[in-house]
Amino acid sequence: MRSIWLTSIRFTLVTALILGIGYPLFITGLAGLLFPHQANGSLLLKDGHVIGSELLAQSFTSDKYFHPRPSAAGNGYDATNSGGSNLAPSNKALVDRIQGDIDKLAKDSGGKPVPIDLVTTSGSGLDPDITPDSADFQAERVAKARGLSIDVVKKLIADNTTGRQFKLLGEPRVNVLALNLALDKLSK
Amino acid sequence: MTANGWMQYLLFSVLLLLSVKPVGAYIARVLEGEKTWLDFLLRPIERIIYKLSGVEPEKEMNWRQYAFALLGFSAISLLLTYGIERLQNLLPWNPQHLVAVGPDLAWNTAVSFTTNTNWQSYVPEAVMSYFTQMVGLAYHNFLSAAVGISVAVALIRGIRRTNSETIGNFWVDATRSILYILVPACIVYSLLLVSQGVPQNLHEYTQAATLENSSVTQSIAQGPVASQEAIKMLGTNGGGFFNANSAHPFENPTPFTNLLQMLSIFIIPAGLTYTLGRLTGSPGHGWAVLASMFILFSAGFATVYWAESQPHPLIHGATQTATATAPGGNMEGKEVRFGVANSSLFATITTDASCGAVNSMHDSFSPLGGMVAMTNMMLGEVIFGGVGAGLYGILIFVILAVFIAGLMVGRTPEYLGKKIESYDVKMSMLYVLIFPLIILSLTAVFVLSPQIGLSSLNNHGPHGFSEILYAFTSAVANNGSAFAGLNANTWWYNVCLGGAMFGGRFLMLIPVLAIAGNLAAKKSVPPSPGTFPVNTPLFTILLTGVILILGALTFFPALSLGPILEHLLLRSGQLFS
Repeated sequence: MRSIWLTSIRFTLVTALILGIGYPLFITGLAGLLFPHQANGSLLLKDGHVIGSELLAQSFTSDKYFHPRPSAAGNGYDATNSGGSNLAPSNKALVDRIQGDIDKLAKDSGGKPVPIDLVTTSGSGLDPDITPDSADFQAERVAKARGLSIDVVKKLIADNTTGRQFKLLGEPRVNVLALNLALDKLSK
Repeated sequence: MTANGWMQYLLFSVLLLLSVKPVGAYIARVLEGEKTWLDFLLRPIERIIYKLSGVEPEKEMNWRQYAFALLGFSAISLLLTYGIERLQNLLPWNPQHLVAVGPDLAWNTAVSFTTNTNWQSYVPEAVMSYFTQMVGLAYHNFLSAAVGISVAVALIRGIRRTNSETIGNFWVDATRSILYILVPACIVYSLLLVSQGVPQNLHEYTQAATLENSSVTQSIAQGPVASQEAIKMLGTNGGGFFNANSAHPFENPTPFTNLLQMLSIFIIPAGLTYTLGRLTGSPGHGWAVLASMFILFSAGFATVYWAESQPHPLIHGATQTATATAPGGNMEGKEVRFGVANSSLFATITTDASCGAVNSMHDSFSPLGGMVAMTNMMLGEVIFGGVGAGLYGILIFVILAVFIAGLMVGRTPEYLGKKIESYDVKMSMLYVLIFPLIILSLTAVFVLSPQIGLSSLNNHGPHGFSEILYAFTSAVANNGSAFAGLNANTWWYNVCLGGAMFGGRFLMLIPVLAIAGNLAAKKSVPPSPGTFPVNTPLFTILLTGVILILGALTFFPALSLGPILEHLLLRSGQLFS
């Protein structure tokens, strides 16, 4: 019995050293060498300052920008507290929230049906994407606020739409931060 | 549902089935101690590990010694993780200066990662330092997976050997599983993940001045994510680096990483069925077991996909049906890049295998979608199942199926040349009974306690019951996924869920090793006309039936109080607040 405990302790320490420290440090070194941009969080810079990560949603509320999906991460888009609402479909709070948002959006847009992704929170609360339908839904508002023609905005959406990966995987999507950066560039 | 969604399911299935033979054959070589192409590099490292740990690799163990070594190691490594959590404020790689983890949460998490469950009562990016994640948690992702593979292979040896006292050497099985299977795969896999956008660094969190209003900062949590992500999936562990797990764009940034993650959950459990067939000299048996798993998996996916594609009956004025440019359906808790199809597929896979990683929030699934996730776990984590645990789990059902077939024709049942006798059936029944006993009794206690049980609920009505039932099912099944609205970070939940995970792993492991030892000691009997063949479609049907009937008889009453009731009430327009 004594030898089992001794072996257990020694085996735990040896493997913890190899797998707990050696392995992740080895990958960190290699990743930083091969893919420095991705390994450091795919950060975007503007005038030398970090403005966010291209992979994470951030808050946009003004009419001049496309809006991401609502977020249940912390108090909204909190990248240190990711998560969903975890509300069940049978929860009155969820149905009231979604229906309230739909009614508001529909009123502002003259009664168009609202794409469901635009009024539901994502699993992470940091979903960087909206569906092309949701981008189209917002195009008129953004064009008006910026004094741009709707065709210009729609073209920009098309340019920033990512199709299915390898034409098959996932769903078509529009990265909101990338689209908004492109908008700002256009207005300059 | 869309044609594209079904295409993605098909692609996944084809890639998985193509992997079975090469992966299974390789695992067989590794665990039989045969030469591999990595020997030149790994053989010296393997020897050093034995030397430093004081392991005598050529010494075989009987099942009791094997069990003691496994339990001794698990106890020590559990203590290591507990200690790291409690002292993380004094340890390196803690750029956010996170404080020490409290005792009940540290216990829960240490058990959780030691048992391959990876239940998480906490928000990792706000609670666990990089050191804790690397050495305390990701470390167990390797070891608990290796323990699973070891026990599965020990059981296969028990079936194969005759008149033998021993079933292998635990230290050798664990070391070889790690060195030759898990580590090489994880190195390639984590670099693939990084290339797609998964971070891998040890920096403090980045402060970003956001685009619309630069005075609003977003603190961006990062860390050594990719290295942990790889073993989290490949070892069917499922413990996220971030709270949102594989829904987080930093853990699972693209549809391609999503496909990789889904494949990496199933690839070892699926391959092990081939290992079983190969090592027992009955390849057809391996395929028959795989077929049973695949049927149950496909049925589960079809149901979840259908359920999640349905529009919510009480929401109006929104486009809830799929178009070419929007997935429609139930998008609460789901990411746009995955949509309904990939979220349903991932949810089915992660609950079939005892992985527990999630790329969408199961708590917000439709009642029937969530029920399938729960049912997958309730069937005992044998639909592919955890790494190793899935194989030894389904072999228990195989023994029961053979036993039932024997009863039907009135002969002593045989399985691959071994007589199945009362000791084997008793141990199998013990395995099958421990599982619901812990789940249902703890669920009952917490459902009946307003103070300790109900006060943690995020949803009410039948869904509240489902949240508690899901938690204990997930814990005992060593899955680790959750109806995450339940606030499980309380003293009572942490302690009891910890106990449930412990029982679900170790109490069930011991009967398996006992069967392995008992079978190994038996002599081989030649097949007779009364032998029920275990490599035919008929056997696949019988096995599938046994799994479904046992699971349904045990859990249908509980499910009817939760998701089934919720579904019916929701259809009739009733909500809960």
